[in-house]
Amino acid sequence: MSTLVKNIVRFALLILMQFFVLDKIHLHQMVTPYIYFLFILWMPFKFNRTLQMVLAFALGFTLDSFRHSPGFHAAACVLIAYIRPFIINVLIPQEGADSNFEEPSARSMGGIFPYLVYAGLLTLIHHGWLFLLEALEFGNAWYFILKTLLSTIISLALIFITELLFSRKQKFRTNTV
Amino acid sequence: MRNIFLFIRRYFNFLLFLLLQIYCIYLIINYNKYHQAVGSAYMNEITGRVNKQYNIVDNFLQLNKSNEALKKENEWLRNQLKSNFENPDTANQVITDSIPFDTLGNKRKWLYQAAKVVSNSVTTQNNFVVLNRGAGQQLRKDEGVIDPNNGVVGIITEVSENFAVVMSLLHKDSRISGILKNDPLGGGSIIWDGKEPNYLSFINVRKSARAKKGDTVLTSGITPTFPYGKMIGVIDQIYPDKSTNNFIIKIKSAANFYNLQYVYAIDNAQKDEINRLLEKAKSKINN
Repeated sequence: MSTLVKNIVRFALLILMQFFVLDKIHLHQMVTPYIYFLFILWMPFKFNRTLQMVLAFALGFTLDSFRHSPGFHAAACVLIAYIRPFIINVLIPQEGADSNFEEPSARSMGGIFPYLVYAGLLTLIHHGWLFLLEALEFGNAWYFILKTLLSTIISLALIFITELLFSRKQKFRTNTV
Repeated sequence: MRNIFLFIRRYFNFLLFLLLQIYCIYLIINYNKYHQAVGSAYMNEITGRVNKQYNIVDNFLQLNKSNEALKKENEWLRNQLKSNFENPDTANQVITDSIPFDTLGNKRKWLYQAAKVVSNSVTTQNNFVVLNRGAGQQLRKDEGVIDPNNGVVGIITEVSENFAVVMSLLHKDSRISGILKNDPLGGGSIIWDGKEPNYLSFINVRKSARAKKGDTVLTSGITPTFPYGKMIGVIDQIYPDKSTNNFIIKIKSAANFYNLQYVYAIDNAQKDEINRLLEKAKSKINN
């Protein structure tokens, strides 16, 4: 499957999964699981930063349109799309790994731990920014912090399960690209 | 000027990031004006369509639940019908607790009881329908059973604690009385010849009756089992019976016996009284 088709399918499936499955689950008022931003976590290395941000905005805006609450998810998605390259630069083990592999995964980032840090940081930032924007309108600080932490844990667990269920086969490409 | 362009080019990503964030926050703050924002109507249209598709699936999955709710409501509504109450022709009434009254003092005669079909056959000579409601839920022997469209299904023959067996019209021994809707004097019996499901025979109809193809056959109401006017079927073909002076009419049943899901049993609250009276009359004759 080409990169374009793969990403379009991912976009649609993750949005539908998020809105029609996860949003119907009422775990607890503190916990809201999110998984749709996996689209951003899984975006190929070779997309340039402008494209990444525009796609992230589109993703967030689509979910916002479904929820009829414009801006919240778009803002959080744009933020993690902007930060993503910096985190990848810090975490990627050796020079050129981002051209040897197509997209971030446990294998391409040289182990489960760096990938976990990558996913965990982005999830935390996404949730934090999202709930902060929501909390500006209603809620208090403790509620916000607790909600961010708990939701991050649940979302990470879901991401982990998704990674196990849909293993992405990362081919090693020669670095002659 | 050149420096400005260089600056923009150098920090393009950061500027784009800021721009998008500011736009998002603008959207959040101006939530109520969102409906005026460019493209929001278009997005609404798209998400609405996706929601509709999802709703179709969701509704399908909820079908059982909504059926259940509708069945309950129907049972309740049917019991409110005025035709279920009968006013005796006297001002002096003996009031007993066993028969409920409506607000005008009319005696209840017919009580509808919804039941779910758990087993049903059409292929054998003697077909039975099994209902998931029994004596523990106030079903009694000899109650008439109709489907949700008022089509006659059969008569309850056996009742256990939680289940009831209905002898369907598609049974060799089934025999109920029917009349023509257009000519109430043209009455006869409904039997099944055991050949074709959903097709019944209407026998002993006198030749003077005005019967046409497509006419409706109703229950007569002269037996204590069914109230008047429940639909039995529609006339399909009419033959003269050569040995007698009667018609044999082939009718297509109103109830579709192939997919019965919910039915209503009709309890005649006055049946016991009628039966007691009949017994009394018979014993008098025999003595």
